[in-house]
Amino acid sequence: MSEWVEVGSLEQIPRLGSRIVQTGKGDIALFRTSRDEIFAVRDACPHKQGPLSQGIVHGNVVTCPLHSWEIDLSSGEALPPDEGCTNTFATRVEKGVVLINLASL
Amino acid sequence: MSKDKLVLVGNGMAGVRTLEELLKLAPDKYDITVFGDEPYGNYNRILLSPVLSGEKTIDQIMLNDLEWYEQNGITLHRGKKVVRIDRTRRCVIAEDGTTAEYDRLLLATGSSPFIIPVPGHHMEGVLGFRDIGDVDSMLAISKQYRRAAVIGGGLLGLEAANGLLQQGMDVTVVHLLDTLMERQLDKTAASMLQRTLEERGLKFKMEAETEAILGEQRVEGLRFKDGSQLEADLVVMAVGIRPNIELAREAGLHCERGIVVNDTLQTFDPRIYAVGECVQHRGVTYGLVAPLFEQARVCANHLAEYGIGHYEGSVTSTKLKVTGIDLFSAGDFTGGEDTEAIVMHDASAGIYKKIVLKDNRVEGAVLYGDTVDGAWYFQLLRDGTDISEIRDQLLFGQAHLGDSGHGGENAAASLPDDAEVCGCNGVTKGDIVKAIVEKGLFTLDEVRAHTKASASCGSCTGLVEQILADTVGGDYSAAPQTQPMCGCTDYSHDDVRNTIRQDHLTTIRAVMKTLDWRTPDGCSSCRPALNYYLLAAWPEEAQDDPQSRFINERAHANIQKDGTYSVVPRMWGGVTSPAELRAIADIAEQFEVPLLKVTGGQRIDMFGIKKEDLPAVWSELNKAGMVSGHAYGKSLRTVKTCVGSEWCRFGTQDSTGLGIKIEKMTWGSWTPHKFKIAVSGCPRNCAEATIKDLGVVCVDSGYELHIGGNGGVKVRAADPLCKVATEEEALEYCGAFLQLYREEARYLERTAPWLERVGLAWIKENLVEDEARRKALYQRFLQAQKIAQKDPWAQIAGDRQESGRFAPIKIVTDA
Ligand code: SRM
Ligand SMILES: Cc1cc2nc3c(=O)[nH]c(=O)nc-3n(C[C@H](O)[C@H](O)[C@H](O)COP(=O)(O)OP(=O)(O)OC[C@H]3O[C@@H](n4cnc5c(N)ncnc54)[C@H](O)[C@@H]3O)c2cc1C
Ligand code: SF4
Ligand code: FES
Repeated sequence: MSEWVEVGSLEQIPRLGSRIVQTGKGDIALFRTSRDEIFAVRDACPHKQGPLSQGIVHGNVVTCPLHSWEIDLSSGEALPPDEGCTNTFATRVEKGVVLINLASL
Repeated sequence: MSKDKLVLVGNGMAGVRTLEELLKLAPDKYDITVFGDEPYGNYNRILLSPVLSGEKTIDQIMLNDLEWYEQNGITLHRGKKVVRIDRTRRCVIAEDGTTAEYDRLLLATGSSPFIIPVPGHHMEGVLGFRDIGDVDSMLAISKQYRRAAVIGGGLLGLEAANGLLQQGMDVTVVHLLDTLMERQLDKTAASMLQRTLEERGLKFKMEAETEAILGEQRVEGLRFKDGSQLEADLVVMAVGIRPNIELAREAGLHCERGIVVNDTLQTFDPRIYAVGECVQHRGVTYGLVAPLFEQARVCANHLAEYGIGHYEGSVTSTKLKVTGIDLFSAGDFTGGEDTEAIVMHDASAGIYKKIVLKDNRVEGAVLYGDTVDGAWYFQLLRDGTDISEIRDQLLFGQAHLGDSGHGGENAAASLPDDAEVCGCNGVTKGDIVKAIVEKGLFTLDEVRAHTKASASCGSCTGLVEQILADTVGGDYSAAPQTQPMCGCTDYSHDDVRNTIRQDHLTTIRAVMKTLDWRTPDGCSSCRPALNYYLLAAWPEEAQDDPQSRFINERAHANIQKDGTYSVVPRMWGGVTSPAELRAIADIAEQFEVPLLKVTGGQRIDMFGIKKEDLPAVWSELNKAGMVSGHAYGKSLRTVKTCVGSEWCRFGTQDSTGLGIKIEKMTWGSWTPHKFKIAVSGCPRNCAEATIKDLGVVCVDSGYELHIGGNGGVKVRAADPLCKVATEEEALEYCGAFLQLYREEARYLERTAPWLERVGLAWIKENLVEDEARRKALYQRFLQAQKIAQKDPWAQIAGDRQESGRFAPIKIVTDA
């Protein structure tokens, strides 16, 4: 099965913002950084499952909206001193279209 | 590899705490089996007192529910009493025959209330005060009968008596000696305590020795040695506890008053450990949790075979858990020949403090009425600190030392990091501050969860809250001039704001470039602040940046812990109509809103709304004429009103009408932190105007204005600003004050700390004494409102692209 799925255009995601991809196995948060990189992580903070998609994005990091843990978007790891990790998914952008790899879902 | 077997007898506070500590160190080392003769999981026995007085429920005092045992793979035999230990076959046997083998055995059987063996002590209606069963019985009896006698005027007896009093019983405390709590208090403090309790309705029979309990089948009264009698339908014995040692004794373990253990909490049989009230260590038995938890820590360490840590005994301190009575005692306070006591007694204020010194070190302390410094004295006592340098100020408390004090207001700030705050769990101030800072804690519950501070008896709650307010608040407000805004820059809030004004900067990027920000996009603390400063300085030019706002302000709703949102429509001045209520009801049904709640701000909160439904909910509310209540914003929240002269027999002015006018003028304005207003119709102040950021209290001759009140973390009564004669003036002052706050306060600084920083006099100079300045501020406010006062809900719901972003970008169905 092809694991790469088209999810929409880059323009649909605000810069320094995010959108959600809904799947049968939970939501995935899609982030766009100020340099137009796209990251996808499971939309659940390792702390108490806060919706990371609703956090403030800065650099390659999102601050969780519930209790302000900081999560590295490229690795899914919480920045120290907090500990924990959320799943990440590979992404790519082709001609302005965002694709995400759901193999590990 | 098969695991070793650990059996715990006694499912109480000390035993289970040992397991918790053990699971932290070596989660997989043992197969654990627990026997407890009570039919519950593990609960906080200390809090039985508040359960009895009705301040807490049984559910609230559960520490580990059955799920916890399951999750940790622990077999729990509830309601089973162990009757025999077979040390040769290494197993324990319960009453019903259940058997469990052990490699290591832990005894934590606690103790039982001592029941004085006077005639009649077996009668119905004679109880101890030890477990949930006792509390249930007392509550049941209190519903049916009226008179209670509590034998024993110690800590436990007084808490029982207070609880029964709260349940509506007529309670007499019977005490053998002439002073209450003689083990913890000196005569003066004891008599102050007795007087206060008498004022609350408790009765005392002092120097009375019970000779017999009267009655046939159920108790009817008490007879004392001097021949006098007391009628009673309930007798609670609280005269002391006896360690439960029979089980150990019959197994041949060496026992004296308690099960004798060494410094590693091992009994005479090295496979068998014991902790809690049932043990005797270096000749001492304990009846408070703090030492038991210390034992638990050491015992767990040895069970985990780490082999470090010795228990060397504890010094204890006590507090009485009767709401509204502050009492603290520690160490030896009676004083001997070579000791001296320094005493402060302010009878009219109900304050008494006595510190006993020996060789310039604290030996003991008794505090009544003002116990804020208890933790500090206890610290000096345990550390054996030489106090000769600070002797003169000792009684005034720690806040008076050096220049760090805030006039005694904030004891937490001046506590050293190693001062113990929570005596029950041995948590220091340093532990708490570290957890707050590192884990980003904001609530008392979070601090409890992370540190266990204030999670047991709760009497340090006030201090923990102060530390919380202090630590979190330190970040938010009152930041010293030199403190950088955040890790992204060396510039302070004031530097940044001045640069924005002087260099006419209008975008976040421009600020970051001008001031050499270290990070490309800033962080979640500086971006919202920059966005605010720009909007406040250049309301007509700066563009709002939604991505630099906290989610609540971006989604125009409050995020909840499960990721759903709450929606609060504005209800002008707290006034509503059948049509509005009907619309709210219809919308709640249409969107299956799980909870409708009336807020503390006089309006209705709709909880549990999915993000993608928000625009639709808003547009329905808009149709019924309602707009956003900004319950999520650093902005005007509510204008609370009372009914005032239109209806109330005491009302002097139309407080409701004025409140609505003010709300219509001020809604939608962004401020450094949230801003709350209230208008009361007379000095009875039913709208609580004097704990609001701006409060109006109507009087016959006009309107009194109050500013800088706060009812939140740290309650602060507002300061009177001035009195005005007309509604127009009230509106003008209100707008001008909001504008001054908006232009001058730092981001996330509420009016209360801001006012304390700049001073009331300075605010009066600007608003009251300088009419021209006031009018200019008011004009600027009205000008900014022309731009800000747009309903964000209508804007988003009416904009396809904007509202589309509330829904998922894509729904993948086959994954
Ligand atoms: C809904 C409500 C409780 C209720 O069910 O009644 C409430 C709910 C929240 N309050 Fe409150 N407060 C509510 C009235 C109050 C009041 C009473 C009042 O306004 O008269 C106070 C004390 C008065 C005061 O502010 O001086 C109050 C003091 C706080 C504080 C402490 C503020 C402080 O300066 O110490 C916070 C924390 C903060 O703002 O940082 C807070 C924060 C919150 C937050 C926003 C917590 C959060 O960040 O999620 C809660 C949002 C819940 C939600 O989703 O709606 N809430 N909160 C009340 C909404 C009123 C409204 O209609 O808008
Ligand atoms: C109303 C009240 C208020 C208190 N207030 C305070 C306070 O403010 N501060 C403070 O520090 N301390 C306070 N205490 C004291 C504190 O609760 C005790 O020190 C603490 O609970 C003792 O812990 P433990 O594990 O040794 O005993 P427990 O918590 O009593 O646990 C022992 C458990 O073992 C069970 N058990 C006994 N024998 C057997 C057996 N053979 N088989 C199976 N199970 C058995 C018992 O049923 C019990 O559940 C208070 C106590 C009470 C009753
Ligand atoms: S404040 Fe005055 S006018 Fe308002 S309800 Fe109370 S008594 Fe009536
Ligand atoms: S859920 Fe993310 S920080 Fe708590």
